[in-house]
Amino acid sequence: MGMTMTQKILAAHAGLPSVKAGQLINASLDIVLGNDITTPVAINEFEKAGFDSVFDRRRINIVLDHFAPNKDIKAAEQSKQCREFAHKYDIENFYDVGEMGVEHALLPEKGIVTAGDCIIGADSHTCTYGAVGAFSTGVGSTDMAAGMATGKCWFKVPSAIKIVLNGKLGKWVSGKDVILDIIGKIGVDGALYQSMEFCGEGVSSLNIDDRLTICNMAIEAGAKNGIFPVDDITREYLDARTQREYMVYEADEDAEYTQTIEINLSELEPTVSYPHLPENTHPVSEASDIKIDQVVIGSCTNGRISDMETAYEILKGKKVKKGVRVIIIPATMAIYKECITRGYMEAFIDAGCVVSTPTCGPCLGGYMGILASGEKCISTTNRNFVGRMGHTSSEVYLASPAVAAASALTGYISNPKEV
Amino acid sequence: MEAKGYAHKYGDNVDTDVIIPARYLNTPDAKELALHCMEDIDKDFTGKVKAGDIMVGGLNFGCGSSREHAPLAIKTSGISCVIAKTFARIFYRNAINIGLPILECEAASDAINDGDEVSIDFDTGVITNITRGETYNAEPFPEFIQNIISEGGLMASIGKGDK
Repeated sequence: MGMTMTQKILAAHAGLPSVKAGQLINASLDIVLGNDITTPVAINEFEKAGFDSVFDRRRINIVLDHFAPNKDIKAAEQSKQCREFAHKYDIENFYDVGEMGVEHALLPEKGIVTAGDCIIGADSHTCTYGAVGAFSTGVGSTDMAAGMATGKCWFKVPSAIKIVLNGKLGKWVSGKDVILDIIGKIGVDGALYQSMEFCGEGVSSLNIDDRLTICNMAIEAGAKNGIFPVDDITREYLDARTQREYMVYEADEDAEYTQTIEINLSELEPTVSYPHLPENTHPVSEASDIKIDQVVIGSCTNGRISDMETAYEILKGKKVKKGVRVIIIPATMAIYKECITRGYMEAFIDAGCVVSTPTCGPCLGGYMGILASGEKCISTTNRNFVGRMGHTSSEVYLASPAVAAASALTGYISNPKEV
Repeated sequence: MEAKGYAHKYGDNVDTDVIIPARYLNTPDAKELALHCMEDIDKDFTGKVKAGDIMVGGLNFGCGSSREHAPLAIKTSGISCVIAKTFARIFYRNAINIGLPILECEAASDAINDGDEVSIDFDTGVITNITRGETYNAEPFPEFIQNIISEGGLMASIGKGDK
């Protein structure tokens, strides 16, 4: 029996010729990641267990992004704890305010994560890096602590769902619509414990930003990881960034999948997930009577330069609807600067938007855009659970940057084709 | 090892944002987190939970964020075991890693009502509904995971210096 792409990466990192679904393995880690919320818990576990060294100071990444620049005194204390730990162990990839970005935008941009890697991060959206052909999955703080200490992590080898992408996305349809469509089809636990392995001729029409968005939300279907094959687009992206040699793995032709889902990219429409689960998907045309109070464009899902470009194309020279608060958050400092260079920043501000420095802030209801009771927000983020962005009676609608920007202009959830 | 207490029952897809809302994640202090456990779906939970009580969920319990604060808050609130049909995978890992007992059991998840008195024998995986006079059998953990639990969690099991 052949192996999936994920299984091949896991076998290589476990030092085994082959693995099969369900097998428990101990794998070597290339990258261990944490943020300002999860790292303090990991540091406490690391110290409580008596460890006094890390497995490799170059392989550990700590990014202060969730409540940074710090939102309150307690958040500042957590950042301070991370800072002191990073200093003590001389952590090479420690990103503080000024250098930091939203972690899952920052690490690919810096070339820290690369094809063939085995990566854990104490953040559920660590599955993002499957876009560059890595096995990458979210874990908790104790796993991060053990990973920092030993460079290893236990895994149950996942089975996989094969997702065949055909066709080509239309204008104003993006990777966000692809993943929302899939989650709508299989549900928030449709890929529980499994890999989502993407393939098909449609892959070559998706740029890296689309692939990062798609893999980012694999967790919203319960998946362990999402992963794309490495092609010329991946190589071009990685060759411009990564400092390390990378390994390209391909699924065997006789690899076993629990199911195959075919998606015709050409037929997809802009898609909106209604509260309070990402699986509650509707075509944007059904959402046109939903009045919104706030728009958020940013996050690890959709805060990249192509997302900013989409927002700019829709917002330039126009004004956002009076009474709608529009918050745009470029996900890294490099993206922020590029927005200035390209004139996006001026267009956003002239349109009536605010533009923030990188932070996860509003996505998880931390700060920078908390909703009051009964308010509705259309957001390019990844979760719309009860209370996710504020009051428990507030509502978050998930969509692409194109739909979010179009909605900013009308005050209602809108199809970008119609603004 | 046994647990015994009253059931607090919830539905499918209980996410980590309702278990412990992100607005409280500015501290790693488990006691402080426990004060807000389940606040956004059951504001009375912290007032009524007693040490030893059991939490019961449906499908995909603990979905969403990787925050270990979620099982920490549940454990510190006094809950002795979470029973669900299925668990989201990061929650599953986190619960095992921090020593919060969890069991997968569809029959128990369906049959136990809020407020039922329940006892659990972890050695056999037998869940007894004392109120209704029924028993249910939970799926046993793989041996590898049982070892992590019996050694007191992941950090204890990897051992200092075992690199």
